[in-house]
Amino acid sequence: MQYKVLIVDDSKLARMSVAKVLRTLEPDWLRVEAANADEALALLKTEQPDIALLDFNMPGRDGLDLAAELHRLAPRMPIAVVSANIQTEIVNRAESAGADFLAKPLTEPALAAFLEKAKRRLSEKSA
Amino acid sequence: MTAAALAMSELELDALSELVNIGVSRAAASLRDMANEEVRLSVPSVSVLSAQEAAKLLGAREKGNLVAIHQAFAGDFRGRALLIFPETNSLELVRAVSGSDLPLEDIIDLEQEALGETGNIILNGCLGTIGNLLHRSLTVSLPEVLRGQGEEIFNLAGNLREGDVVLFLFIDFSLKKSAVRGYIAMLMDLPGLTSLRALLSDYIDRESSGTSGTHAQP
Repeated sequence: MQYKVLIVDDSKLARMSVAKVLRTLEPDWLRVEAANADEALALLKTEQPDIALLDFNMPGRDGLDLAAELHRLAPRMPIAVVSANIQTEIVNRAESAGADFLAKPLTEPALAAFLEKAKRRLSEKSA
Repeated sequence: MTAAALAMSELELDALSELVNIGVSRAAASLRDMANEEVRLSVPSVSVLSAQEAAKLLGAREKGNLVAIHQAFAGDFRGRALLIFPETNSLELVRAVSGSDLPLEDIIDLEQEALGETGNIILNGCLGTIGNLLHRSLTVSLPEVLRGQGEEIFNLAGNLREGDVVLFLFIDFSLKKSAVRGYIAMLMDLPGLTSLRALLSDYIDRESSGTSGTHAQP
């Protein structure tokens, strides 16, 4: 199954870095990228991604606000907040916004574990 | 040499800003554990300025006296890192990291040492993460506590000459419960910046290309 992943980060390099790990794990999947929350919400409508990977510390709305909004608009979409800010409060807020928390820099094992969970959830959804 | 002559590319500035963001975010988690309360961070701002412009910028942000914990770093690239906050926040920060039940006189006794140690943990955490991401190790000097107005602090820490160009990185932080706020700043002069650019270019290559080796070490 080929899925489409939305990558949101204000840093272009950070998006490239997440895309690289994703490409290693799932070379055939599609990717769409946004530099902020507004762009991400626009892409949600036009591109209908299956999975979202969000940075936390962004200008404007942060990744936790965006996670909550995406979760409201697409409740079944697996979402992960990717951040080096590993404070307990941030991790807890990500979880209560309906998202997983992945530490930045993103590693292959961490992303692989999240994607496995996401694939299971998406296959249950389509079954 | 003018700031414009450095002309770092957009992607280089982006990469640098992301490195600092990761470094400071990790360091914030250490401060969070010391103070036992959430630390809020702003999005980093990165600019290449003349020494005078940078000093003016810091002076314009803060009118009162400041305290700064200053550490120099050296290795394949060199520069200075500063944790800066208003002097009126100093005792509050010490209280936050040392336990709030200490009497005031004990906190005053502890101040200098606690500031140095707090700065050391935050700045070393930040620089260590940046060094790791660039696959380079850095040596970091002992912390030095500086006091003065914005422009003075900058000159004390920077030891800069007129016409020097500095890379000025800035992130605001605040503790959620205590009224403590401050900034983390990094300064690099032209030779430091030139070495850093080569490492940044390798970092950009590693992060953006290839299909494996996300754990590769040099």
